[in-house]
Amino acid sequence: MTEVKNILLCGVGGQGIILASKILAIGLIKAGYDVKMSEVHGMAQRGGSVTTQVRFGEKVYSPIIGKGQADILVSFETMETSKWLDYIKPEGQVVINDYEIPSAPILSGAATYPVGVIEDISQKIHTTVFKASELANQMGNIKTMNVIIVGALVKALGLDNSINWEEVIKENVKEKFVDINLKAFKLGMDQVK
Amino acid sequence: MKHLMTGNEAVARGAYEAGVTFASAYPGTPSTEILENMAQYKDDLIAEWATNEKVALETVIGASMAGARTLAAMKHVGVNVAADPLFTIGYTGITGGLVLVSADDPGCHSSQNEQDNRYYAKFAKIACVEPSDSQESKDYIKVAFDISEKFDVPVLYRMTTRICHSKGLVTFEERKDVPIIPYVKKPTKFISAPANAKMLHPIVEAKLVELEKYSNETPLNRIEWGDKKIGIITSGVAYTYAKEVFGESASYLKLGFTFPLPMAKIREFANEVEILYVIEELEPFIEEQMKVAGIACIGKDLIPRVGELNPDIVAKALLGKERETIHANPDLIVGRPPTLCAGCPHRGFFYTLSKKKNVVITGDIGCYTLGSAEPLNATDSVICMGASISMGHGAAQAFKKNNVDKKVVAVIGDSTFFHTGVNSLITVAYNQGNTVSVILDNRITGMTGHQENPGSGYTLQGDSTNVINIPDLVKAIGIKHVVTVNPLKLDEMDKAIEDAFAFEGPSVIITRWPCVLKHFSPEDKKEFDLKKKLCHVVEDKCKGCRICTKTGCPAISFDATTKKAKIDKFMCVGCEVCLQACPFDAIERVGE
Repeated sequence: MTEVKNILLCGVGGQGIILASKILAIGLIKAGYDVKMSEVHGMAQRGGSVTTQVRFGEKVYSPIIGKGQADILVSFETMETSKWLDYIKPEGQVVINDYEIPSAPILSGAATYPVGVIEDISQKIHTTVFKASELANQMGNIKTMNVIIVGALVKALGLDNSINWEEVIKENVKEKFVDINLKAFKLGMDQVK
Repeated sequence: MKHLMTGNEAVARGAYEAGVTFASAYPGTPSTEILENMAQYKDDLIAEWATNEKVALETVIGASMAGARTLAAMKHVGVNVAADPLFTIGYTGITGGLVLVSADDPGCHSSQNEQDNRYYAKFAKIACVEPSDSQESKDYIKVAFDISEKFDVPVLYRMTTRICHSKGLVTFEERKDVPIIPYVKKPTKFISAPANAKMLHPIVEAKLVELEKYSNETPLNRIEWGDKKIGIITSGVAYTYAKEVFGESASYLKLGFTFPLPMAKIREFANEVEILYVIEELEPFIEEQMKVAGIACIGKDLIPRVGELNPDIVAKALLGKERETIHANPDLIVGRPPTLCAGCPHRGFFYTLSKKKNVVITGDIGCYTLGSAEPLNATDSVICMGASISMGHGAAQAFKKNNVDKKVVAVIGDSTFFHTGVNSLITVAYNQGNTVSVILDNRITGMTGHQENPGSGYTLQGDSTNVINIPDLVKAIGIKHVVTVNPLKLDEMDKAIEDAFAFEGPSVIITRWPCVLKHFSPEDKKEFDLKKKLCHVVEDKCKGCRICTKTGCPAISFDATTKKAKIDKFMCVGCEVCLQACPFDAIERVGE
């Protein structure tokens, strides 16, 4: 039996994490895997932290994982990575979109945005850092950041050739955004060597 | 073809396939999407939002009595609201199959407690079915309707957040058209007068004996033999955690029908295994009943009864296994509490209220619970749906009788007001309390993701409908002092609060402005000026006083280096609350 792989995605409400997870999950299903995906709704939608988990393999039972179990942690926002780091396997890897969204205590001046997050994490685990939000902005649509990250993730997982991702994206984004999202996906893949 | 679905989507599909023709619910996380997904089958069934869970269950009881297959859905605490009819239909039974979906929230992701609603099944003497994943969520609901009709019993269909909101693959089947059972008047069954109730109780006890027999036979309770050194009895999402941890190294009794428990099957399983674990999330519902029956097992001695489980917690509790983890420097972690959105109409109200002294503020359940958070700090209590107005009344009466000079303000949203707040307000008017009740009418049910309600003008299935006029309703109740204001106009908001404070007797303020995230209806567009505007900080004028940040708007930040405030142009919608709050006129509309 092939081992179940665990992907943890984290970030902030409004960053498109749910759609990114969905694209990933549907791609994996098309490749013949059993897939379970978990997300938390509710309070999280109001500017709070958002996290989803995608698990795939021959047979997946649990929709969620515990600490020390994620093969890959994909963070859409810099400091959110720290909060979920204990969920990653020590031999796993972290992908960070280096983009800072200050939370309420930071906005009000009660706290400051932490300095040195990426240095702290890259000392402890294999880490890929890239600026998906900046790349998305350069492409002309900040909202494609999530699909850039999916592209990078797919490459990091080595799933780029086995699945027809173009088809998955076409089926899951609005028609007028298909072209820009396909470009975004490719751009994301190019970020991971 | 298989479909990737949440448990909620799968339940909706299952109910459709089972031939349901009427369903009702009040929105509540994690149950909301069940009815939202049933709404799509408009040709085959009616799906409605009720004003509260008691009403939802009662409409469904009516549909069952009329002979149709019918479903009610609610979050766990919603069942508390619906408990009154629930306990009585435990006695009367049903006509058309009746399933009540209870979506529990272990871990309190979006709830005020983590009660285990399986106890409701035992307490109300009705059957309980628990699915473990999306496919079972769809398949078991169909079985639940069969059980309901076969045994003349309502079925409590118990789900949890991770079943409701996790996606898995689901295979569809065709809808079965179930003809309505011809109506026959059955007074001794459906009139729960004492004489009938006395007759019904022994019948219910006999039904439970029959249901236990069924429980021992049903494939919903299945044994999966593996290594017999360890036996595991489990249900719901905990089954998936157990399988994850023990795999083939244990035997399982997987329970999908958890009340009445299959005690004979449990005993048979227990006799075959060396060590017997009961792995269940939250309370020891199965374990306690096993121990009463004299079957030794290990459960909550090792497995936490607080919070959600996951495979790791189970592994740690039973095997002492802990995975190696790495940790970030804790000094680099700053919290990210949820906040009222940029442009939220509640902000103008809470900001104004937060400046009032000597006020007790009773709050309620909804986005506006966030008015309790920093920096607004404008709420003293939140207990349950509708409690703001009634608690406020009790507090005001206690203060009055004991000569304590404090004002009481009760804060409630439009949908929560329709839910149970209206009863509370009648109590206030009737007893002539001296509270200020504020109804935050943002034209939608916000927190649960924008469901229509009796004030929004639309039904769940998209039809235009009657709109409740809140000021007229409040006046009809007997409130004399009623004011409607735009909460984004701080001077008007302030005047409304001061006038209400000055008024002797009960008063109501209605703040009327649509939720900034709402998909605006044609009526909204006609009534409100909803053009997106933008504000900015004029740096030369900004003195760095930070008063604008006291509004708690996530679009405003304070730059510690320049000592100036800044407005994020992507987040700002130009509500102008900060512009009005700034004492130095340093915030202006862009382009003016």
